[in-house]
Amino acid sequence: MNKFKDDISIVLCGEAGQGIQTVERILTHVLKLSGFNVFATKEYMSRIRGGSNSTEIRVSSKKVSSLAQRIDILIPLSKSAIEHVKRRISPYTIIIGEKENIPEGFPVEKYRVIDVAFSKMASDIGGRVYSNIIGAGVISGLFKVKEEILRDYLKQHFSKKSEDIIQRNIEAVKKGYEIAEDLLNTERIEFDLQRDPRIRDEILINGAEAVGLGALAGGCNFISSYPMSPSTGVLVFLSQQMNDFEVLAEQAEDEISAINMAIGAWYAGGRAMVTTSGGGFSLMIEGLSLAGMLETPVVIHLAQRPGPATGLPTRTEQADLDLALYAGHGEFPRIILAPGKLEDGFYLTQRAFNLADKYQVPVFVLTDQYFIDSYYNIPALEVDKTTIDSHIIKTDKNYQRYRLTENGISPRGIPGHGEGLVVVDSDEHDEEGHITEDLELRTQMVNKRLKKLESIKKEVLAPELIGNKNYKNLVIGWGSTYHVVKESLEGLKREDTSFLHFKQVYPLHPETERFLQKTEKAILVENNATAQLGKLIKLNTGLEIENKILKYNGLAFTVEEVRSNLEKYL
Amino acid sequence: MNSQLFDTDNIDIAWCPGCGNFSILNALKQALAELGIKPEELVLVSGIGQAAKIPHYFKTHVFNGLHGRALPPATAIKAVNPDLTVIAESGDGDMYGEGGNHLLHAIRRNPDITTIVHNNMVYGLTKGQASPTSQIGFRTPVQVKGVFENPFNPLAMAISMDASFVARVFAGDIAQTVEMFKKAISHKGYALVDVLQPCVSYNKVNTYQWFKEHTYYLEDSHDPLDRLKAFEKALEMEKFPLGVFYLNPSKKTFEENSGVYQENKIPLSRRKTERKEKLKALIHSKK
Repeated sequence: MNKFKDDISIVLCGEAGQGIQTVERILTHVLKLSGFNVFATKEYMSRIRGGSNSTEIRVSSKKVSSLAQRIDILIPLSKSAIEHVKRRISPYTIIIGEKENIPEGFPVEKYRVIDVAFSKMASDIGGRVYSNIIGAGVISGLFKVKEEILRDYLKQHFSKKSEDIIQRNIEAVKKGYEIAEDLLNTERIEFDLQRDPRIRDEILINGAEAVGLGALAGGCNFISSYPMSPSTGVLVFLSQQMNDFEVLAEQAEDEISAINMAIGAWYAGGRAMVTTSGGGFSLMIEGLSLAGMLETPVVIHLAQRPGPATGLPTRTEQADLDLALYAGHGEFPRIILAPGKLEDGFYLTQRAFNLADKYQVPVFVLTDQYFIDSYYNIPALEVDKTTIDSHIIKTDKNYQRYRLTENGISPRGIPGHGEGLVVVDSDEHDEEGHITEDLELRTQMVNKRLKKLESIKKEVLAPELIGNKNYKNLVIGWGSTYHVVKESLEGLKREDTSFLHFKQVYPLHPETERFLQKTEKAILVENNATAQLGKLIKLNTGLEIENKILKYNGLAFTVEEVRSNLEKYL
Repeated sequence: MNSQLFDTDNIDIAWCPGCGNFSILNALKQALAELGIKPEELVLVSGIGQAAKIPHYFKTHVFNGLHGRALPPATAIKAVNPDLTVIAESGDGDMYGEGGNHLLHAIRRNPDITTIVHNNMVYGLTKGQASPTSQIGFRTPVQVKGVFENPFNPLAMAISMDASFVARVFAGDIAQTVEMFKKAISHKGYALVDVLQPCVSYNKVNTYQWFKEHTYYLEDSHDPLDRLKAFEKALEMEKFPLGVFYLNPSKKTFEENSGVYQENKIPLSRRKTERKEKLKALIHSKK
C-alpha cells in the first residue's frame, strides 16, 4: 500500500493539444475549493500539437509554492510521457495509466503501475478527448473532493458547450470517481492530508494574472504589445478587461511600435505598459532610451526566457537582468523590480506605475516563464492597500516641460490640461523642450536626469530576510526563486542559515553591503549561467560571492535540487 | 485666425536657405489658422531628419520622437486624447524607410491623424544618400552606380491598403498645399499627404524646375471614391499627378474601434475611473 502524507506531487504528462492545461485548471480549482493548498506549474515545448508537456500539481496540508522534483503520482497520457519525466520517477512513484502508454522495456515490476484503460473508457463515453477528464475524476476522487464540486466546476467551465458535451464530461468524471473508489477500497493508495476550510476563500491565480491585476491597481489604461511567450498572458488578461476597466489594448505590429505607443500614451496623459520577453525587449531598447530622454514614464513587463536569440521559447531563465540594467544608449536612470511571490506580482506592478509617474523613468517588472505560469492559492489581494498616484500638473502659460529643478524632477504636464505647451524632444533640449546644441545646457540636462536616481534610492524596497537575524550563512536570491529557496531552507532546518531575497534589484538597497558583511559564507542562487545579481552586488559593494548555485538548462529549480546543492556548501 | 499664432521667437532654423521645408512650414501654419485650430489643441509629432525638425519652429505641443517612429506615438496620443488634433510629419527616409512598417499599420488602424511626408527623394541630414523614393539612376556617394531599386510608391501602397485619404502636393505651389493640408486635417480618419519638395543641397536632379515639369493636377473629373482609377493614377511615374487621389470616408477610426469610446466619450486622459470595487470583484472571481 502507498500512503502519502501532507504533501503530494502529481504529474500529468502528455502531448500538446491533449488538454493537460484544462485538467490543471480544473484540478487546482476543485482541490482548492475542497480546502487543500495547491501549487501548479507547467513545462512545455514550443509547439501547438504533439511533443511532451507536463504539469505538476502539488497538493498539501501546508502552503506550498514551489516545484518539487519527485513525483508521487504520474498520469502518463502519451507514449513518450514516461521517458520525458523518467528522472523524476522513483520506486515510490505510482503510475496510473494505460498499458499502451507504458513504453516497451519499461521495468513494470520495479514500479507501481496501475493499469487504467483511459482511452477505452473515454471512447465508450464519446471519444478519446474525455481521457483527461477521467484523469481529473480519478485525482479528485482520490482526494475525496465532493463529486458535485467537480461537476459544478465543469458545468461552469464548459458553459458555452452543448448540453450533450457537458453530460459526457460529467459521465467521464463519474468514471474517474469509480476508479478512484476502487483504488481506495482495495487500499492500493491512501492519502493523509489536512483540509483547511479557510483556503476555500483564498484566490487561485498565476503570475500573469498577478501582474495584470497589479497593472489595473496601478491605473493602467493602455497596453500595446506584440505577442511573445511567456509574456503574452498579461496582454491577454488586460485585453479581456477592456470593457470593465476601460483599458485600451492594442496588438502592435512589432515591439518597436509597442513601446513608442506606450510612451505616446503617457505623454498624452495615459498610464501605459508593454509586456514582452527578451527578443521583443531587444527591439524596444531604442524606445527605452527615448523614455529616458523624454522623461516620459513607461512600465515594462519583461518576462524572461532563455536566450540568446530565440533560445528556448517556452522555458525559463533569469538571464535578462543585465539586459534590463544596461539596455538603451546614453545614461539615464531606471528602476527594476523582480517579484518573488504572486503577491509581489500584484503589489510591485501597481507600484511600478506610481514610480514611473513620480520619477518619469522606465520601470521594469522583471519576471520569467516559471513565475508567469505558476499557480497557487494565496489570500485575497488587498486592493485598499493600493493607490493610483498621478503626478500630472495643470500647466500655465509659461510652462516648461524640462524646468531645471533641485531634485531633477520637472513637473509633468500633458497637452490639453492647462494653458501651457508640452514640448518633448529626443534630441538634447532646453527647458522648454526644444532642440539645442548649447553644450553647457547639455551638461545641466544630463545632471538633471541622473539626479532623479538620488530620490529613487530613498525609496528602494529592502530585501527580505527570511530566517534568523544572526546568521552565519546567507543564501541570496532574487525574483522567482523566492519560494523554492525558502522551502529548501525550511527543509534543511539550519538555525545558522538565512535567506536574503531581493524584489527590487535596481537600484540595490543600501543595506545590501551590511547584510553581506555580517555573514561568514554567502551562497548565491540564480537561474542563469553568469550570476548576474552577484555581479551587480559586486559592482555596488565590492564584495564577491564565490559560492554559486546556478541553473540554466531552461527549467526552474526544484526544492530537492536547491536543498542538495545548499548542503554541499553548508 | 492669424497664422502668426504658431510662430515662435528666437529660433535658429537648421534648414538650408531656399529649402522646400520653409514653404511647407508656412503652408501648414496657414492651413491650421484657417481651420481655426489653436496651438494648445494641436500636437505635432515627428521623427528624425531635417523635415522632422518642423515642430521646433512651431508654437504648439510637440512630440519629437525617434527616427521612423512618429506614427506609433501619434496614434497613441490621439487615442488617449481624441480632442487633440494630431499631425505626424517627417521626411521620406523617416516615414517610407525607417518607419515603413508603422506606416502600413497606421493605415490599417486608421487613427484620425494626418501624416505629412516631405518627399525630396534624397537623404539630406546624412548628406546626400538615396532615399526610398529616389529615382532609378540617381547617383550618390553611396549609390555610386546610381540607384537600381524601384522607387517606393507611397500613394499606390496607401490606395492598395484602402487608406482613408491619399493625396500628393508640390511644395512649390503654396496655395494648393494650404488647401490640401486643410482637407487632410479636416478629414476624419487617417490622411496621408505626400509633399514633393526639392532639396537644394543634395538633389540636383529633382529641382523646382524639374518638379514643375514633371507634375500636373488631377483633372476635375477624377473621382476620388473610385479606388481602381485612383490606383491607376498613382502608378503614373513619368509625370506625377497632384491632388486628392483617393478617399474612403466610411471607415471607422482607430479611436472608435478601440472599445474605450463606445459609451464614454471623455478622453482617456481625463477619465477618473473608480476601479477599486470592480477590482475587488475581479479578484473575488478568482476564488
